[in-house]
Parts: sequence; C-alpha cells; structure tokens
Amino acid sequence: MRLLPGIPMTLQLAFIASAFGVFFALAAALMQLSGNVVLRSIADFYVFCIRGTPLLIQIFLIYYGMGQFDFIRHSFMWPILREPYWCAIFALMFNTGAYGSQIVRGGLLSVPRGQVEAARSCGMSQVLIYRRIILPLAIRQALPAYGNEVILLLKATSLASIITLMEITGLAAKMISETYRVVEVFLVAGSLYLLINFILSRGVAVLEKRLMRHTAAERPSSRVAARGAA
Amino acid sequence: MSHASFWELMNFGPDGWGWSMMRAAGVTVMVALAGFILGGFIGSFGAWAKIAGNRPVRIAADAYTTILRGIPDLLVIFLFYFGGSLALSAIYRAFGGEGFVDFPGFAAGAMAIGLTSGAQHTEVFRGAYYAIHDGELEAAKAAGMTRMMMLRRIIMPLLLRHALPGLGNIWQVVLKESALVSVTGLIELARQAQIGAGSTRQPFYFFMAAALLFLMITFVSNRVFRFSEAHFSRGVRGAR
Repeated sequence: MRLLPGIPMTLQLAFIASAFGVFFALAAALMQLSGNVVLRSIADFYVFCIRGTPLLIQIFLIYYGMGQFDFIRHSFMWPILREPYWCAIFALMFNTGAYGSQIVRGGLLSVPRGQVEAARSCGMSQVLIYRRIILPLAIRQALPAYGNEVILLLKATSLASIITLMEITGLAAKMISETYRVVEVFLVAGSLYLLINFILSRGVAVLEKRLMRHTAAERPSSRVAARGAA
Repeated sequence: MSHASFWELMNFGPDGWGWSMMRAAGVTVMVALAGFILGGFIGSFGAWAKIAGNRPVRIAADAYTTILRGIPDLLVIFLFYFGGSLALSAIYRAFGGEGFVDFPGFAAGAMAIGLTSGAQHTEVFRGAYYAIHDGELEAAKAAGMTRMMMLRRIIMPLLLRHALPGLGNIWQVVLKESALVSVTGLIELARQAQIGAGSTRQPFYFFMAAALLFLMITFVSNRVFRFSEAHFSRGVRGAR
C-alpha cells in the first residue's frame, strides 16, 4: 500500500494544527465575550474573514503571498514561512481557531451564571474561577461540537496536498496520475480517512462519557426528552 | 518587474485584472450554484429515503451520508475529474479516437460538490420535515387532500421554511468548497488568482483580491438568505 506513508503526515498536520488552534479559539472566544469593544471587534473581524473565505485561498495567501514582500523574505520568519509544511499548519491553525471560537464561545455562554456567582462568593479569584469552574463546564459542553470540528480539520488537511505536501490525498493524486486506477485509489484513500475519522469520533465519545459520568444515570431519560422536542 | 500597487493591478482597464477577477467570481458562483442545486436534488432523495424508505433504502442513505461526511471534498473532486476523464477517453477510443480527453472541470466540480453537499442537504431536509407538526398533516388529510396535493401545498412550503437556515449554512460551505474545483483547471476565483499571481509575481495581492471577492459573495448571499427567511416566515408567530 503506497498510501500508508501519507497517514503520519495527515495526522501530524491535524494534530499540530488542532493543538495550537484550540488556543486561538479560546483567545478569540474570550475576546468576543470580553466587554472591551476593541478586543471584540478584532476577534469578530478575524472570525468573519476566516469563515468567509475558502481555506485554499488562506493557504495560498500564506504560502505564496508572504513571499511577495521583501521584509518578510529577509526576516527571521522566512525559513519557516518558506516551508509548505509550516504554511499548511499556520493556515489550518488560523482556520480551525476561527471555527472553533464559535464552539468555545457557545460553551462559555452555557455556563450558568449562578455557578460563577457561587464561586465568586466563595472568594475565588477570576483566574481560579476560570480554571476550576468555567473552563471545565465549558469544555464539557463544547466537547461534542469540538470533536466535529477536529474531524472537519482532518478532512481539511487534504488541501495541504495542493502545496506539494505528500499526505494521503497528495499520494492518492500522485498514484492516480501514475496508474490511472482512479476508483481503486479513491476507495483506499477514502477508507483511510473514514477509518481515522471513526477512531477520532469514538475517542471523543469515550472522552465525553468520562466527562459526563456524573449524569450517567439520568442520561436515557434526557435523550428521550430531546427526541420528543425534535 | 516593477511592483504595481494593489489598485493598479485590479483596475478595470485593458491592462488591469479587474474584469478577469470578476468573471472568475461569476464562474465561482455558477459552479457553486450548480453543485448546490444538484445537492438539493440528491438531498431530497436522501431525506425521503431516510424518512420513508424501507430498511435497505434507509441503510443505503445512512451509508451515503456517513461516507460523504467522512472523506475530504478534494478527494471526491479528484474522483470525478480523473474518473470522468478516464471514462470519456474510453468512450472516445471506443469510437476510434486517440489519446486522452479532459473531463470538463465545471461538470466534475458541480457533480463533486453536488454529491458532497447532498449529504448535508439530506440532514437539513430530514430535520425540516420532522419540524412539521403532525397536526398540520392530519388537518390536510382530514380536508381530503391527496398525497400529492399534501406534498405540494403543505409539506413543501413548510419544509422549505424550516430548511432555509440550514440551506444558508450549506451554501456558505459549498461556496468555499468551490475553490477546490480549481484543481481541475476550471478558471474560477482561486485559479484566476493563481494565474494572475504567476504572471505578475504579486501573489499576495491576487489572493487578497480573491479573498475579498469571496467575502463579498458571502456577504451578499447572507443578506439574500436573511431576507428570504424573513419573507417566508412572515406568517409565523415567533418569539422575536
């Protein structure tokens, strides 16, 4: 199987981008929720620009676009921005950060006010409240949607093949043009993605179950209620 | 080469790239629209299969949505583009031709977008169908409507109203997905920007222009969807 060597590259891109992207998402969400107009506008603008343009254009802007400027070519960043690998990771990171921020924001908003007030009345500092109360509750709320976002990100890593990275899709395209066996290559590459996504979504489900273990007993009834409402 | 400024490059004169970029934006909208409509048809069938189909039909529809949501769109575009070219070449050779026939990028792109967005359409339509109250269907039945008339007068209008927000989301996704069709060589925005970047060596300006045009298309279509949501929900008593 000549597609298998592409798996590590695909996983690396997805893993590094999502690991850093989470911080972008959290920062953007906190900025959007902060009372500060300037911070909020910056975050809104970032999210609007990223969500309104295709990832491919973002990748091109970073990979090809940055080289247009001499001051970037001569800066210390150039050895990094020259590499398609890092360009792909930067683009994926900004991208997932913007989409993820909306999920994180929803999670943060879902934390009941009373819990925060209770924490404050116990004398917790703002940082401690975030660490012990808000973030754990928000993460629990946002996890399923964030799992979806990671799967979308994994699919999005396929675009890295357009800037010459040989991940699964890149190898698949190469194989197709060498062998003309379109359907076979497509089936194998597709199943690889399906398999990775399946494992990912199982992992998220297990994690979710662990985080929600305090509600394990009342779950079936709440699920019935949700279905009745839908 | 002298470094032209952004607006010098993007002017609408004979040396400017303005018109080419606008034309490419038109192609982007067309290929996205074609894929979106095709996806709508596939999605209607998919939703029907999931709601009313028997077991094998349901399983097939579930398999379709699970698979298409699990693999990258780019891979599907490759499948249609290379697969279509191979099929066309085979037909061409069967009639005594020689060599390789390129499958039209527009058709490959629209079909690939249609197939991938069809999976999302399926879920949106299915959700919208379940949002129709049983009472409304029972009332129609009680009034003596035939199934076709019920579909035409009750189900379709209500379903479209409930589906509109979801359809708006799919359109945004499809619009951005259409940039991937550039791999087939179809001259839409991403491809046109690449061409311009290559011949002027000002890639940043060209991809910036493409990004701005995408933002404009997104903005306008957002407005259209919001307007039609308000229009088609005007009989609804809501919390707002």
